[in-house]
Amino acid sequence: MMRFLLLFSRQGKLRLQKWFTPISEREKKKIIRDMTSMVLARQPRSCNFLHWKDLKIIYKRYASLYFCLAVDNQENELLALEVIHRYVELLDKYFGNVCELDIIFNFEKAYFILDEFLIGGEIQETSKQVVNRCIESSDMLQETMEEYMSKPAF
Amino acid sequence: MALKIVKGSIDRMFDKNLQDLVRGIRNHKEDEAKYISTCIDEIKQELKQDNIAVKANAVCKLTYLQMLGYDVSWAAFNIVEVMSSSKFTYKRIGYLAASQCFHESTDVIMLTTNQIRKDLSSPNQYDTGVALTGLSCFVTPDLARDLANDIMTLMSHTKPYIRKKAVLIMYKVFLKYPESLRPAFPRLKEKLEDPDPGVQSAAVNVICELARRNPKNYLSLAPLFFKLMTSSTNNWVLIKIIKLFGALTPLEPRLGKKLIEPLTNLIHSTSAMSLLYECVNTVIAGQYCCSLGSVVLCVQKLRILIEDSDQNLKYLGLLAMSKILKTHPKSVQSHKDLILQCLDDKDESIRLRALDLLYGMVSKKNLMEIVKKLMLHVDKAEGTTYRDELLTKIIDICCQSNYQYITNFEWYISILVELTRLEGTRHGHLIASQMLDVAIRVKAIRVFAVAQMATLLDNAHLLTGNMQRNGICEVLYAAAWICGEFSEHLENPMQTLEAMLRPKVATLPGHIQAVYVQNAAKLFATVLKSQEGNTDGTAAQETSQLMIERLPLFVQSANLEVQERASCILQLVKYIQKLQQKDVEVAEEVSALFAGELNPVAPKAQKKVPVPEGLDLDAWINEPPSESESEDEQPKAIFTKEEHKHSRPRHTEVDEKELAKRREARKQEQANNPFYIKASPSSQKVYQESTGVEHIPVVQIDLSVPLKVPGLPMSDQYVKLEEERRQKQRVEKKKKEKKKRKEKHSGRGKKRDSGPESEEDITPAHMVDIVTEEMPENALPIHTPITVCDIQGNLQDGSQVVVSVIFENKCDGFLKSMEFNVLDSLNAKLQRPEGSGPHDGLTVPFQLPPGVSNEARFVFTVQSIVMPQKLKGTLTFIVKDSSTHEKLDFKLHFTCTSYLITTPCYSDAFAKLLESGDLKCSSVRLEGVSMPFHHLLARICFHHHFSVVERIDSCSSMYSRSIQGHHVCLLVKTTVSIDAKCDEPTLLGNVLDEIKQTFSQC
Repeated sequence: MMRFLLLFSRQGKLRLQKWFTPISEREKKKIIRDMTSMVLARQPRSCNFLHWKDLKIIYKRYASLYFCLAVDNQENELLALEVIHRYVELLDKYFGNVCELDIIFNFEKAYFILDEFLIGGEIQETSKQVVNRCIESSDMLQETMEEYMSKPAF
Repeated sequence: MALKIVKGSIDRMFDKNLQDLVRGIRNHKEDEAKYISTCIDEIKQELKQDNIAVKANAVCKLTYLQMLGYDVSWAAFNIVEVMSSSKFTYKRIGYLAASQCFHESTDVIMLTTNQIRKDLSSPNQYDTGVALTGLSCFVTPDLARDLANDIMTLMSHTKPYIRKKAVLIMYKVFLKYPESLRPAFPRLKEKLEDPDPGVQSAAVNVICELARRNPKNYLSLAPLFFKLMTSSTNNWVLIKIIKLFGALTPLEPRLGKKLIEPLTNLIHSTSAMSLLYECVNTVIAGQYCCSLGSVVLCVQKLRILIEDSDQNLKYLGLLAMSKILKTHPKSVQSHKDLILQCLDDKDESIRLRALDLLYGMVSKKNLMEIVKKLMLHVDKAEGTTYRDELLTKIIDICCQSNYQYITNFEWYISILVELTRLEGTRHGHLIASQMLDVAIRVKAIRVFAVAQMATLLDNAHLLTGNMQRNGICEVLYAAAWICGEFSEHLENPMQTLEAMLRPKVATLPGHIQAVYVQNAAKLFATVLKSQEGNTDGTAAQETSQLMIERLPLFVQSANLEVQERASCILQLVKYIQKLQQKDVEVAEEVSALFAGELNPVAPKAQKKVPVPEGLDLDAWINEPPSESESEDEQPKAIFTKEEHKHSRPRHTEVDEKELAKRREARKQEQANNPFYIKASPSSQKVYQESTGVEHIPVVQIDLSVPLKVPGLPMSDQYVKLEEERRQKQRVEKKKKEKKKRKEKHSGRGKKRDSGPESEEDITPAHMVDIVTEEMPENALPIHTPITVCDIQGNLQDGSQVVVSVIFENKCDGFLKSMEFNVLDSLNAKLQRPEGSGPHDGLTVPFQLPPGVSNEARFVFTVQSIVMPQKLKGTLTFIVKDSSTHEKLDFKLHFTCTSYLITTPCYSDAFAKLLESGDLKCSSVRLEGVSMPFHHLLARICFHHHFSVVERIDSCSSMYSRSIQGHHVCLLVKTTVSIDAKCDEPTLLGNVLDEIKQTFSQC
């Protein structure tokens, strides 16, 4: 089972956090600190796996963003890398050549995509098409900001 | 109404949306915290509006701020409001916010049950979807119990989109509410054969997780999974199924046999590395029941992985290889060349994996070869961590299973000696313990070992060059002991004796000097013996003279152990000299002092000694020492483990079980300690001085500090109180010092105010806690300073608080480059000079020689003073002669009291203030306070900065003002109840709490 997914920049700024098990805020902050310092300290061309407490940390860098996924000890590291990659593909498909700024400014979208892909620390849907379809149709339901502005307020 | 609508619409035009917020934050890099706090204020305004769109927008922004690390728990109820909106747009945002911010202890979750139930049964599948997604993040046992049925129904929903979500959420529900598993299981099993592949894989995932927790309940599903495995082409699902089988096979060996074929097929056929790796892992895990052929296949495949240029595959290959090594060492050993190659890899984690493997791969034949390779790597290695790892690995490899693989101990001793040349290692004591162990247990090696050790002592200066911080000097401990104990093997004992008495020795750590002194005496005995035998006696007298000349150096040592031994031996030698002058032969008698052979003892020998009847080993011989002393007098030896300290019984009253456990622990410890029988009390004592070697005890400093504030308390009383307090502290301080915990309530810093209205103006106790947490320390911290900070607070007007910190150097090293830093909170910030970043520390403008203290002041800006708060900070510094940065963590505690200023108030003004009606009322009772009323008043004045306005018989009115101008009025009655009024209720509450605290302490 996956425990958490963090996205952070090369400067250690957090861009997205998803916790699949309930953890106290204090603990979260500590973990985020540990993760950023551990992952950012890695030499280039090192392997993408780390052991941390009883978890496996799998990270991968895409452009300026680090994706950092923590899984249970018996999980398959290569599969976890695949999960990260699949998520990046989904983001790419949605935003069209995704970049860090897309995720910063549309962070809620990034969460919605993630929620369609993973749920409660498990993979929910392995098919990219299905995930994309779901997101598109729920976006259809969501009104745009312009609509919201032009509507009367009652 | 219409007006309100129009107004609402116009307002919204100016609302920040998420994008504006993000942009704003990016544009305010300099004062981000300030910008965000204004944003939070705006959001609070927006949340107060009725319009759900505005609220949703606000909640969305809060979710973003939450990610940045700001506390948004106060908005939990607003999140629930947005969640319950009927519009999907807002609902989606609400659930997102909830899933990010809610946790089990969020109390508003209770309110959501019905809303979630409504959403779950919504006709719109996306409404149900977001509810399920949200639930997966914040489901509590209560929610799980209440909603289990609804979710179970959804598992058979018509839409696969809902079904797969429901199946996955069920797992979370099982965890929170295990009773739901039994009724839901049949349906879950059904889903394994769901027509939709997504639902199917979800069910596999859930059962896989469940089976991992409790495999035997799921054995019956094996045939079904077997069918899935052979039919499925989805690698994601296949990996999960194979994992599941990995959990089941240990329970059912026949399963392993059946699996081996499809698994080997997959290994041969698949191109997906993740699947290949999973298969290999499963085969390895169940290998006890499978053929050698499949193991060989796995090793072959792993070799391909390790040879791959992809670092990840290399790493995993090595990882899996080490698992095979445990059961099939032979098949791995043939790949030694490959593993050794990995030691050259750029990636440290790969090198460490390879090292792990090597440990298991050595044999009598290849040990020397492997160690030789490792020694080459030691020379090349960059970075002390890796080099230290190599060093420990070399020693581990050599000494494993009682030196099983070592055929030539001379070689091993040379390796150990070579390792001492390693710069900057902190494993000196490890090498030393090996030297001792080998020299004691392998008799045949002693001649060689002694010769090597003598050279080592002779060349000690090579080690000592920079040894103070790297701890390699620990080997001198072993060298000196071996040369002394086995001095009969020395070729030239005189030379070694001189080497041991060089003045330079005095710079070594105390415990090593002590060993030097003791063993110099042993050597002295040997030298005397040889000299008396063949010459006329002048040589022997010269040797005594040498001792008498050199020993005083050690007699002056600051280390008690060294001093004691040196003065004993000095007196002895003086006596010997007297005898020598009378031409008495003393050599025999002197060597008798150190007679007796030391025998190695088998680890289990103790067991064979029967306990005499009537002897209770666990009974106390003397009354146990008090808690505070026991920590201090705890003897420490470097070669025993740190657990020592904890295993020491604390109390006489223990039950049988505990005793048995303890006995076991002790036996264990003795077994692990080759020197157990030897452990002369003195050699243990030597280490007392270096108590801090591995671990610096927590230093807790609790300081309360007077503030310099204008006011006019009745000075006589305060002087008295102050006297009392100091007296108490002195006693306390002495007590606490023993425990290396400091608690000071010092009035040292009192200062006269120049203001005309005050004569004696000590107002009390701005509580400052400095809690130094553990000091990470890797080198032998013989010089680790324990810096005690003494803090004095000082208040000025407005929102500034000046904190004076006294730095006191308690160690014997020179401290420099001190940097003071505090982790700012939203509310309180350390004022830093222009141009420095928000996390930069402030340089303390002085250096500290040992034993000296000095004061520095730091200004803090505090925005809101209604709440007390704690700031965390660190002090970093460098001890001269070692370039490492050391760190001391502390906490600054700003109480509300410290924001109060003693301000005089006339009774008519006071009455007016009370009448004005702006003030909120509150009251508190002080329980169990029995002191004269005027003492009580004095205490409140003193500790909490109040002044007495008027006193009438049984009650007294008091007044104080905060630095931001809040009025605080008290009415204290002899019945020890306090009625209080203040224009800021939170502040008042906190101040009253603090007053209560003060009186509960006395």
